[in-house]
Amino acid sequence: MARISSRRDFLRKTAALTGGAVAASAAAAPLSVPPSAQEPGRPIPEAMYGMPSKYEAHVARRRSDVLKNRQNWSDWSMTPLQHQPGIITPNGLVFERHHAGTPDIDPAKHRLAIHGMVKQPLAFAMDDLVRYPSVSRFHFHECSGNGLTDWLKPASTTVQQTHGLLSGVLWTGVPAATLLEEAGIDPRGRWALFEGADAAAHARSIRMEKVLDDAIIAYAMNGERLRPENGYPVRLVLPGWEGNTSVKWLRRIKVSDEPWHLRSETARYTDPMPEGKWRQFSMVMECKSVITSPSGGQQLKGPGFYEIAGLAWSGAGRIRAVDVSVDGGRNWREAMVEEPIMDKCLTRFKAGWDWNGAPAVLMSRALDSTGYVQPAVQEIQKARAIAGFVQHHNGIQPWSVNAKGEVRNAIGQA
Amino acid sequence: MRSARRKLIFVLITSALWGCAEMGGRMAAKSSTGIPLGSTGPHAVQPLPDRPRFGQPMSEAELAAWNIDIRTPDGRGLPAGQGSVAEGRKVYEAKCVACHGADAKGGPMYGTMVGGIGSFTTNTRVLTPGSMYPYAPILFDYIRRAMPLDRPQTLSADEVYAVSAYLLNLNGLVSADAVMDAARLAQVQMPNRNGFLLDDRPDTRAQRCMTSCK
Repeated sequence: MARISSRRDFLRKTAALTGGAVAASAAAAPLSVPPSAQEPGRPIPEAMYGMPSKYEAHVARRRSDVLKNRQNWSDWSMTPLQHQPGIITPNGLVFERHHAGTPDIDPAKHRLAIHGMVKQPLAFAMDDLVRYPSVSRFHFHECSGNGLTDWLKPASTTVQQTHGLLSGVLWTGVPAATLLEEAGIDPRGRWALFEGADAAAHARSIRMEKVLDDAIIAYAMNGERLRPENGYPVRLVLPGWEGNTSVKWLRRIKVSDEPWHLRSETARYTDPMPEGKWRQFSMVMECKSVITSPSGGQQLKGPGFYEIAGLAWSGAGRIRAVDVSVDGGRNWREAMVEEPIMDKCLTRFKAGWDWNGAPAVLMSRALDSTGYVQPAVQEIQKARAIAGFVQHHNGIQPWSVNAKGEVRNAIGQA
Repeated sequence: MRSARRKLIFVLITSALWGCAEMGGRMAAKSSTGIPLGSTGPHAVQPLPDRPRFGQPMSEAELAAWNIDIRTPDGRGLPAGQGSVAEGRKVYEAKCVACHGADAKGGPMYGTMVGGIGSFTTNTRVLTPGSMYPYAPILFDYIRRAMPLDRPQTLSADEVYAVSAYLLNLNGLVSADAVMDAARLAQVQMPNRNGFLLDDRPDTRAQRCMTSCK
């Protein structure tokens, strides 16, 4: 019950931040009849895949403008969160991270093999995979490297660059457990290797406990088959875990009694720790939130009402609450958290704000169903070493607003 | 009021009957993972197989071309074959140098693959196979599955052993006359062997302070 925020709650929480003030608007110009109402529109084509309005062309995935890779195959391209209303990312905007480019795989020729410590090795064709009873689940998907350019000082301008290795997707597929049970898991089989059919043959060792709990062998996203850059024709989805463990272009599952300790789980995707150590198999993406509006690179139109809006998520469960501060973290108010609030899924929060025109620093802080509170970077620094390309950044993101209404990344400044 | 009560009684009776049907095994329409396979409700259910099976049986031999993973701590999965540091240098200069540079010191696309040992306790951690990999067979696994970028999974086992030997030698971990094979690669002691801790998060203790927090 406590999760359901009523309109009255929203008004109360809004009033708390605005002081109840409502700015007066300028008078509107007289309206004329637009051309769109005086001539027929585009004819209906026989068949086509619909695309966004030409006026939305600026809403696109972009590669990082901070780390310039000197090649075009192992890199990432980020979701424009500042333009995303709601909790679902359109398929053409779901972030990309590949290790050797995007393969173009013929589903008729693709096979998924299960072998190793199983009773009977099996191969599955795509047209057989889709015959199994399916599941569809909403989950966030986040790269472990999301935010790695912006730990101690601002490097990125927009929320697309600071947090855009994050997307919200409705995945559809077969529970991995269904297929593994068909092959017959040896009781000693405690780990499984998931491997892609891409040119990096990207692979990860996954605990069987997670595989049998909620892993999905997914062939669809947001109501259509996977996009090539997101794993077409089939991929693994491990809800709440770092993105790269959800191996794309999945071709092979091998069961074993021990993990493999591959490059992708030793030299990469590990966390620098004090005294020269590294933390390994840190899979869960911990509770995090970010304000997407107003956010870096945006311009406020003068004092008055603004809705502070953002996203919160946790790989450990559901979002319980989100707090918002407009004074750099000295004082906080609970924001309205918008239904639906789902397990390991993007969740929307909103809070009204009456900007008085003075410099301000906006922050959000999420709490999840385990009681975990999203930390500031200083809290994370007490436990880990922030040196080099550091993964698993779930620190609080501050945005500064100056007297001109310019919004800037203020990580490490507030 | 009366009709509401009648409706309730109807629901109770039908659900009780339904419960019996379930206990009688008519609801075998669930897979062993709990996926409902049939419709639910107090009406006739089509008998369904309790578990669809669409996997095509195959043998490990038929999977051999895909079975490329190495369990790196003990080297399980390393194939027959061998390669020397000198042979590795030749392969490297033919197929790797364009991206990784002379002597693996970094090239137009990627940074250095040598050095960095001892750097992890400084502010600048230099990640190379020599400094970072806890087990030498990671070299074989990764080179075979992903390298060279333009032609992965095309090197022979001998070539992969040779390039592994060459990179280990450039990192000062084997001698210039070393020859690597399954047994010898698994025996190379890597400096970062004990450098890893298992995930012990949550490791932060942030509090939900609401007023006058700083």
